[in-house]
Amino acid sequence: MSTDNLLFAKTHEWVKVEESDGAKIATVGISAHAIEALNDLVYLELPEVGKEVTAGESFGEIESVKAVSDIYAPVTGEVIAANTALPDNLDSLHEDAYDNGWIAKIKITDDSALGDLMDLAGYEKMCAEEA
Amino acid sequence: MTTEILKKTPLHDWHAANGGRMVDFTGWSMPVQYKSIIDEHNATRNAVGLFDVSHMARFRFDGDSALAFIDRLVTRKVADLKPGRIRYGLVCKEDGGILDDVLTYHLQDSSGASYVWMVVNAGNREKIAAWIEQHLPEEVTFTDHTEETAMIAVQGPQAISIAQRFIEGDISDLKYYQGREATILSHSGIVSRTGYTGEDGVELTVPAESAIAIWEALHVAASEIGGHAVGLGARDTLRLEAAMPLYGHELSEEITPIQAGLGFALSWDHDFIGKKALEAIDQDTLPVRVGLVMQDRRVPREHYLLFSEGEQVGEVTSGSQSPTLGSPIAMAYVAPQFAEEDTPLEVDVRGKRHPAKVVPLPFYKRK
Repeated sequence: MSTDNLLFAKTHEWVKVEESDGAKIATVGISAHAIEALNDLVYLELPEVGKEVTAGESFGEIESVKAVSDIYAPVTGEVIAANTALPDNLDSLHEDAYDNGWIAKIKITDDSALGDLMDLAGYEKMCAEEA
Repeated sequence: MTTEILKKTPLHDWHAANGGRMVDFTGWSMPVQYKSIIDEHNATRNAVGLFDVSHMARFRFDGDSALAFIDRLVTRKVADLKPGRIRYGLVCKEDGGILDDVLTYHLQDSSGASYVWMVVNAGNREKIAAWIEQHLPEEVTFTDHTEETAMIAVQGPQAISIAQRFIEGDISDLKYYQGREATILSHSGIVSRTGYTGEDGVELTVPAESAIAIWEALHVAASEIGGHAVGLGARDTLRLEAAMPLYGHELSEEITPIQAGLGFALSWDHDFIGKKALEAIDQDTLPVRVGLVMQDRRVPREHYLLFSEGEQVGEVTSGSQSPTLGSPIAMAYVAPQFAEEDTPLEVDVRGKRHPAKVVPLPFYKRK
């Protein structure tokens, strides 16, 4: 997956928005930058399919050896799929945070939060400033 | 953000230039990891790890009664410590609470004169220095050598052979918890067979200005056999697996040595500060330190609460994924009736209960 069409949240989630049967579906994952910073991943808690999530609120957790971090929903909607293969292949996130590294798909019910997301250039600039 | 200026060890610039992720550790800028905590951990278990432990406080005591003075200060008898020997002990308050855990060394300089060396936790340096000053007799001289020296721990099955390459004289006769002055890469220092990883190894105390050269020589030699520089992250997972307590986690002023399972560090046949209180405390009802292994994949962490049948029965003091065991482990304090091996407990991980089991300590013992 090219990162060109992805949007990024301040909290390091990536989002790919696609139209399907008139609905907007957001595929969500964690940025390669965040994966690298977390390092040594040991646990991922996926959101439950069917769960209603609100942009900016925690909908999953990821643990490294050192710490546990929330994964925040970048958009508001309903979780329609979760990547159940991922918790047993956390190492794969280091090679591929985007294609097979997706965490959940959310059917967007309110797209107002999309305006808060950054493009890749904006996200990279934010990461550079944080470093 | 902190506006406090962090102290730097003599190896700080090497860490920063070699990928060390620098963090504030009790006022010192220290590497938490270089690339991977798990890789650094495994390198130490399988080959050799190099640790900058220069932030730990190093004190020296001179005078004929120096050892007798320290004997009153620490729970473990050290008055009979022969030259070249090192002992682990605790510094307690009058009420028996733990001020710090320390190593006492009885050393001799090149002229054969005896002195006492003490290694103290970085975060307790000022507190212990003040405690010492408060009790110091006139005839004992107390000096702090922390900043004019560096301390490098070389740990792992290959540690002795790697360190030996840079130390004059054979160190194979140096037994566990023995130490002496030595020439290290032509600099005067101290070598001791001590560490905080559960592995064999030595700790080298060297002049600050020689630290980079000695570290780099060790690092080149270590890298050739799969060794690594190791940050505080893996230092923590290594000591956790070895069930070594860490001050501020398993040890504090509110915990007694008996609760911590450190009864071996109390010598009742000598007088020390806190002895009377420790003799009087009924220890039978106080929480005790135990090991936990999680029964699923959630990682228990400091301050997570422990439950049994809905009742809160304890608290986690240190926890991590164990790289060696491949499962999450913790040390915790629990009410004594829940300390029995195989007792099932539940850990509250961010609002959800996860099953754990009490296991004997340590989690890891080298073969």
